[in-house]
Amino acid sequence: MNNNNVIQAEGLTKMFGDFKAVNAITFEVKKGEIFGFLGANGAGKTTAMKMLIGISIPTSGAAHVAGFDVFTQAEDIKKNIGYMSQKFALYDDLTVKENITFFGGIYGLSKLKIKEKTKELIDDLGLQEVANQLVGSLPLGWKQKLSFSVALIHEPKIVFLDEPTGGVDPITRRQFWEMIYRAAHEGTTIFVTTHYMDEAEYCDRVSIMVNGKIEALDTPKKLKEQFKVDSMNDVFLKLARG
Amino acid sequence: MLPIIFVLPLLQLVILSNAATFEVKNIKFAYIDHDHSSSSRALIEKFEASTYFNVLTDFPSETQASSAMLKGEVDVVLEIPSHFERNLQKEKNANLGITINAIDGAAAGVENVYVSQIIQSYNKHIKTDLMQRLDAQIQPVNIASIPLFWYNETLNYKTYMVPGILVLLVTMITLFLSGMNIVREKEIGTLEQINVTPIKKSQFIIGKLFPFWVIGMGLLTIGLILARLIFDVPMIGSLFLMYFYTSIYILVILGMGLFISNFTDTQQQAMFIAWFFTVIFILMSGLFTPIESMPEWAQTLTEFNPIKYFVEVMRMVMLKGSGLMDILPQLIKTLVYALIMNGLAVWSYKKAS
Amino acid sequence: MKRFIGFITKEFYHIFRDRRSLFILFGMPIVQILLFGFAITNEINNVDIAILDHSKDASTKEIINKISASKYFSIKQLIEREADIEGVFKKGKVKAVLNFEKDFSKNLIKDHQATIQIITDATDPNTANTISNYVNSILQNYQQEQNKAINIDYVIVPEPRMVYNPELKSVYMFVPGVMTIILMLVSAMMTSISITREKELGTMEILLVSPIKPFQVIIGKVFPYIFLSIINAIVIVVMSIFIFKMPVQGSLLLLGLESVLFIVSALALGILISTISATQQTAMMISLMGLMLPVILLSGFIFPISSMPVPLQIISNAIPAKWFIIILKGIMLKGVGIQFLWKETLILLGMTVFFIGLSVKKYKIRLE
Repeated sequence: MNNNNVIQAEGLTKMFGDFKAVNAITFEVKKGEIFGFLGANGAGKTTAMKMLIGISIPTSGAAHVAGFDVFTQAEDIKKNIGYMSQKFALYDDLTVKENITFFGGIYGLSKLKIKEKTKELIDDLGLQEVANQLVGSLPLGWKQKLSFSVALIHEPKIVFLDEPTGGVDPITRRQFWEMIYRAAHEGTTIFVTTHYMDEAEYCDRVSIMVNGKIEALDTPKKLKEQFKVDSMNDVFLKLARG
Repeated sequence: MLPIIFVLPLLQLVILSNAATFEVKNIKFAYIDHDHSSSSRALIEKFEASTYFNVLTDFPSETQASSAMLKGEVDVVLEIPSHFERNLQKEKNANLGITINAIDGAAAGVENVYVSQIIQSYNKHIKTDLMQRLDAQIQPVNIASIPLFWYNETLNYKTYMVPGILVLLVTMITLFLSGMNIVREKEIGTLEQINVTPIKKSQFIIGKLFPFWVIGMGLLTIGLILARLIFDVPMIGSLFLMYFYTSIYILVILGMGLFISNFTDTQQQAMFIAWFFTVIFILMSGLFTPIESMPEWAQTLTEFNPIKYFVEVMRMVMLKGSGLMDILPQLIKTLVYALIMNGLAVWSYKKAS
Repeated sequence: MKRFIGFITKEFYHIFRDRRSLFILFGMPIVQILLFGFAITNEINNVDIAILDHSKDASTKEIINKISASKYFSIKQLIEREADIEGVFKKGKVKAVLNFEKDFSKNLIKDHQATIQIITDATDPNTANTISNYVNSILQNYQQEQNKAINIDYVIVPEPRMVYNPELKSVYMFVPGVMTIILMLVSAMMTSISITREKELGTMEILLVSPIKPFQVIIGKVFPYIFLSIINAIVIVVMSIFIFKMPVQGSLLLLGLESVLFIVSALALGILISTISATQQTAMMISLMGLMLPVILLSGFIFPISSMPVPLQIISNAIPAKWFIIILKGIMLKGVGIQFLWKETLILLGMTVFFIGLSVKKYKIRLE
């Protein structure tokens, strides 16, 4: 296995009864890369992602995440990844600080480390004023940025983002992507699914899934050349329509 | 949700009506016979002949009997002392020990009555024997009491419980659904949307609650059909009166549900508070336990309990054929309740938004 | 372990932030115990009755006096005609009418025989039957006094002894029931709701992706409710001892251990419910409609199981609450130890293991 590849999947397949939700996908993600994982609703993105993060067992194929096998070492994988789901995932009835402390705690950070991280995080996001307010009272955009920072709290090698920017305004999305760039710059690998094709343009490499298979995988620039179109949007439409 | 709204409650009506009975029967009975005489055997035979008692066993000693009672294997133990027959014949007087498990005090009281009845009848039997021998001149006085059980000659408990449990189910379902509904809109955020439309608040509320009113009436209808078909509950009174009363009663409950949902933020809270009040209302309604036995202050409290009125009216109209004039007090109180409850609900709704 | 403590801290935040639910959680047992202790009884007394006295002579007066002196009856109304009986019943004012025949005293003296009709409103059969029995025993008593002169006395004197509850207080019987219901509610319903809530909000997924193990998540969610349930159990026991002077004859330690066992089995049931329901609403409906009513009615809490039809008696065996109520009554009122309760304890233990096994199985399937 190439040491530079933090995710490596080979013929990864998931069956639900007779239905092949994910059909033998093969790809790899390099360290520090922002990898866009695209596909229409129901194409199998979420299922594929769940196999990689160790909450769904593949039917066949092989995959390694952060150097660990998804079949046998799911627990080791969990320690090395961060995850932010499409549903907003902090506790509304806990304060900002309590949420940070809680998630730091379940990733096994020491008390001192949690304290450090909390301060750092709150300062970075400019949340000093609301640190002791219930998360439920914050605007959605703030919650999402906080959620992303919390997913990074244990400094994971890879962070999985499942449609992280659903429902937020363009300015917040912009800020959110700046955070993603910064994390990638610091060496964290980003694995992101999205519906927004303009966001696909920000990724280093993009894969597009159709009916459980990866139909295209390359940098946005090369994909546009390959399909002879001007935008990722058109690439996507071409593929999705078959 | 639909099966939970209709199937579950009706299934419960059918099953639980069978469970809810205060009748005391199949009493686990055992005896200790120290005498082993023909008199003691005759007495035991009386118990064996009774339909209330299940004569399980005889114990050689009291220790075994009390250990069996500790284990809960027997409820009543009769102890016939030695020389029972001799005392009876010589001194015309004998004692009997009766031990009753009294954890359920009411049942114990009833068991005691049954035991005394059997002993009395045995007594009478001996008395006549004695009398004949004495050839007495003076005749003892005798009061013949004739029990007449009106409206339910066979003392069928289900006839009594079915209307009550039906009340319970109609109340619970309409209260829970209406209580949760508006909170749900609040939680999802659609309530705000409606508040900006030109619809009048009262119109909105009526539109919101009307389906639950229909569901409540539907439950009543299916419940009544089941009561008739499965339990053969008599319906002496006017069906129209029952529906008329119920239609007003459901308004009380819906108003209450709305009121609760105005004061809560989440469905869970609404459900909890609704449940809290239902339990208290049910316990204080006379549905399972008699209201007359409660202390004065508690009886006064039950005046504020809508379920109490519904239970009373259903039983009166269905089983006794009470008419409009008979249930007028309940009807008026319910009507006033409905007005107050819905007034409060609309008022608090305006305040909340 | 550190992770685990952090997790439990978070659960306590959830619980204490929701003031209204917390109020219900702790207010419920107190209100219920007070109601059952002070207001609700399944005894029958103070029954309103009416008298229809066609004689109005010395004997009927004496009998009526005896009846009105008894704690079971209060005479609400005197009526004059048979035709009025129907009316008073329909209004629901009285539960029984005593109808004395004409020339009651005269008949008693002349023919040594007089008749009373005990007309009861038997829509409530239990009350009707009991009224009839009570009136009879008052009449017996009167008859005996009249016959004193004649030396044919009661030959057999029954000496009833009411064991475990000599004063026949109904609160003694209700306390174990209330305790069972409350523990069931807090444990099963609250757990199932709190787990489904994480599912509904999507936080469950986040937890599963973290290094914290699934069973730790479940135990962490359940743990605070064990704590709350135990507090509730203590409040109930303390209230029943100090307010209602209820004796706890048996070992408090055993009482505590058995309570913990029941709490765990209810929690397991709650976990099971959460694995089969996707939303809080479903979990609530299943716990409330599917669990609470059968637990109240089929556990022997209010209604004696032995009087139920056989199929229901069989079903009642599958209800953990039934066994716990037997255990509670045994320890609190009879003062028995484990040597008398091992059977019930084993059944409860078996059920707990079964529920846990089943939810572990279901839980795994969901993770696929």
